[in-house]
Amino acid sequence: MSTALKEWPLWEVFVRSKQGLEHKHCGSLHAADAAQALDMARDVYTRRQEGVSIWVVESKAITASNPDDKGELFDPAADKIYRHPTFYEIPEEVGHM
Amino acid sequence: MYTQSFNVPDAPGGKTVPLTQPIEDPARQAAFDARIDADGRIEPQDWMPDAYRRTLVRQISQHAHSEIVGMLPEGNWISRAPSLKRKAILIAKVQDEGGHGLYLYSAAETLGTSRDQMLEGLHSGRAKYSSIFNYPTLTWADVGVIGWLVDGAAIMNQVPLCRCSYGPYARAMVRVCKEESFHQRQGYEALLVMMGGTEEQKAMVQDAVNRWWWKCLAMFGPPDADSPNSVQGMRWGIKRVSNDELRQKFVDATVPQAKVLGVTLPDPDLKWNEARQHYDYGQIDWAEFWETVNGNGPCNKERLATRVKAHNDGQWVRDAALAHARKQQERRMKEAA
Repeated sequence: MSTALKEWPLWEVFVRSKQGLEHKHCGSLHAADAAQALDMARDVYTRRQEGVSIWVVESKAITASNPDDKGELFDPAADKIYRHPTFYEIPEEVGHM
Repeated sequence: MYTQSFNVPDAPGGKTVPLTQPIEDPARQAAFDARIDADGRIEPQDWMPDAYRRTLVRQISQHAHSEIVGMLPEGNWISRAPSLKRKAILIAKVQDEGGHGLYLYSAAETLGTSRDQMLEGLHSGRAKYSSIFNYPTLTWADVGVIGWLVDGAAIMNQVPLCRCSYGPYARAMVRVCKEESFHQRQGYEALLVMMGGTEEQKAMVQDAVNRWWWKCLAMFGPPDADSPNSVQGMRWGIKRVSNDELRQKFVDATVPQAKVLGVTLPDPDLKWNEARQHYDYGQIDWAEFWETVNGNGPCNKERLATRVKAHNDGQWVRDAALAHARKQQERRMKEAA
């Protein structure tokens, strides 16, 4: 076995804190396979009832946007205030809409 | 969880050297500085100056090592805990420390270092960890005092780190700080119980306090005047509060706790200063501190040897788990084919 393969792969851990809420990223850990990653995530990230469900995904499977593209990706939304309900003025007598 | 609020170079000698930072990329450096000045956060994929990255890798890995080595002196007491309740509490605490080490190793890995590299640094003796663990835990009272004072000092240090400019480190510290207050409270409560006991038990608590007090004060790191890198750490938003300021906060918070507990703190110079509105305290023995940091404390060799042995003894388990995972995967591939 080469030394490069000696280290257990890295996994990202997502925990659902209670039924009805989304899974949220809470950290990462090394594990030999998915089943072990789940076991370890339980021990590491839910020692005080922080979760009711866990997802693990190998870190290398995640594709992330490049921080250098931040402007290009997200700035165009900044001047589109018509996407927000507050952009529109509605007569008061209409009430809640 | 335990960090020394200073950043000792990992190289032998342990003297602080100023960080020199040639400007690698002026435009990106300016954007980085602007974000820091605006109290923004830096995330793993963002550009950062090399010295910022190196400082964080060193500090976070030293912090992680401290958690892992910190399991050893307390782990020694699990089999000797005086009751099932205390044993369950101690196991939970030691398990927390292992978890804290893991959060921190993960945070450091986002900076491009590998777990194996960090462990190699620890096991070869090149990397530092908190000097507090190089002292022996002689009695059960030491376990209580570690919770009350050592974890108490660590909390002082760690709360400001929740606002650290590096996102993954700050997030790890939020998680750690949430869990840490149990550590301090269980220690203090264990001591309260002993102080309600026999004269012998009370003497045991006082003896443990006498042995740990000064070492806890040293945990905050050298005086500000002797910490040249603190200024850079502050500039980068890695360090938020200076060593001396944290130490003072710790002393001020601890004196009333000691009074309630019914112990004295072993410092004849410790007294309230009305003008400063703080407690004055005596001189810390920095020579002893540096001796311990540099490997010559009473337990340095023992701690490191225990850690290395545990790692080596576990090698076959790690190898077997990997081999098993590969076999399982091959079997699935064959079934799919």
